[in-house]
Amino acid sequence: MTDPSMALAVEQVCIALGGRRVLRDVSFRLEAGEFCGLIGSNGSGKTTLLRAILGFVRLEAGRIRLAGHSAGTGLIGYVPQKIALDPGLPLRARDVVALGLDGARLGPALPSRARRARVDEMLQAVGALEFAEQRVGLLSGGQQQRVLVAHALVRRPRLLLLDEPLANLDVRSTAEIVALLRRLSRDYGAAVLLSAHDVNPLLSAMDRVIYLANGSAVAGRADDVVRTEVLSSLYGYHVDVVRVHGRVVVVAAEASEQIHAAVARNPEHTAPVP
Amino acid sequence: MFSTFMAHAWIVATMVAVVAGAVGFFVVARRAAFAAHALPLGAFPGAAAASLLGVSQLLGLVVFSALGVAAIARLQRGERREVASALWLALSLAVGTLLLGFSGQYVQSIYGLLFGEVLGISRGQLVGVAALGVVALSVLVLFARRLLLESLSEDLAGAAVGRSSRLEWVFLGILALSSAIAVPVVGALLVFSLMVGPASAARAFTDRPWRALAVSVALAIGTVWAAIALSYLSNWPVGFFVGVLSAACYVAGRLHGGGVAQAA
Repeated sequence: MTDPSMALAVEQVCIALGGRRVLRDVSFRLEAGEFCGLIGSNGSGKTTLLRAILGFVRLEAGRIRLAGHSAGTGLIGYVPQKIALDPGLPLRARDVVALGLDGARLGPALPSRARRARVDEMLQAVGALEFAEQRVGLLSGGQQQRVLVAHALVRRPRLLLLDEPLANLDVRSTAEIVALLRRLSRDYGAAVLLSAHDVNPLLSAMDRVIYLANGSAVAGRADDVVRTEVLSSLYGYHVDVVRVHGRVVVVAAEASEQIHAAVARNPEHTAPVP
Repeated sequence: MFSTFMAHAWIVATMVAVVAGAVGFFVVARRAAFAAHALPLGAFPGAAAASLLGVSQLLGLVVFSALGVAAIARLQRGERREVASALWLALSLAVGTLLLGFSGQYVQSIYGLLFGEVLGISRGQLVGVAALGVVALSVLVLFARRLLLESLSEDLAGAAVGRSSRLEWVFLGILALSSAIAVPVVGALLVFSLMVGPASAARAFTDRPWRALAVSVALAIGTVWAAIALSYLSNWPVGFFVGVLSAACYVAGRLHGGGVAQAA
């Protein structure tokens, strides 16, 4: 029996790539409609974990369960990392969304009013209607991001995976994309799992956070996970979690002394978290 | 120019152009131009082998194209299609030289295979080309959407079908079939130009994928028709005009594309 509120369950997953153990005993659950950040530095296994959920990577041990269907059925929305869209490809933003709807089907795509309406609705939902007729490879990074989100969501998946969607975006676009994803996740009832190396842009939006380091993961509410003792234990050496103006800084011992010195000079704005 | 003697030439050239223009759209989208060069040229020893064994030239071309697909698809790992194509090209040309040595064919027929001999098409060949052309186009239409999605991003295509797999075999198979039918007509060296020239020009004229495919087919048909007519009038080889006009398509596309970019 699957729990109807469950969108994704990752259970004791171990993955080895080329003989190297990348993930060890990773477990967490995502409830339907939850917005979750997958945080870790480069090489911590974020992309590997997302690709395993998609069915691209073989599990060494453990299993991955999805709401209503098993892994590898193509019913997951996915926005890959740093995708370079060929500006020479004759493909409008609208065509990319249409390919999300039925790009894997056989035979020619017959235009229909219903099909067009679904594509239009999705373009509208991500705020891409105004550049729907433009060649997708010539759009800005933020615009392409919106089109790819529409491509991923147009089939109404229960789970949406995004690999580093905030990389290479400026501060304003970052905030816009986070707010957009948070809203879409509520409107479409899709659980969102979003990888990032910086937790800060996601702090206010996240229901849950998963930290990856040294092949292991800790998952939970942001307030319970982003703490000095939890992250120190995960990283295997002492780090300090410091809150500055509502932002979080995770620092190793040496840098931490400088921050404490700064806090001592200006105590009203900053406070270390135990 | 439109006598019964020429009728076969017009018909077969049109069929080859339709297939080459359509397949070429995906060759350019997938950045597989080198494979589109290596497969036809690598199929050319098949024709030599066929004449040595006394079987149909088209059969020899199909068999060697299939071998080329297997070699390139098996040898390539990740981004190394270039290396696999180059290895296959060198190997098959070496075999081709040997087979030509055995068969003692006239230089004229080798020349025809490399640069095309559209005027020498028999009725039997016409039927063979039509049959294989229909097969190639049917498979292409069947997988067109997924091939387009893969051209956009392999990861997106993988997510849509739920596993990380590419249609490389299907694509190379279509490419091989269209090479086999095009080699006797436009020649092993020039199939490539008919696939790449019109298709890359079409990208500059429209932002819509299926419209670009149609433009590519139209430009390919225009290219071979003009090539045959010019060849008839000037008595110069058809292949020369196919090569030059394909290149002209590409240049026209670049000039048009450049104009659009400046206007934007």
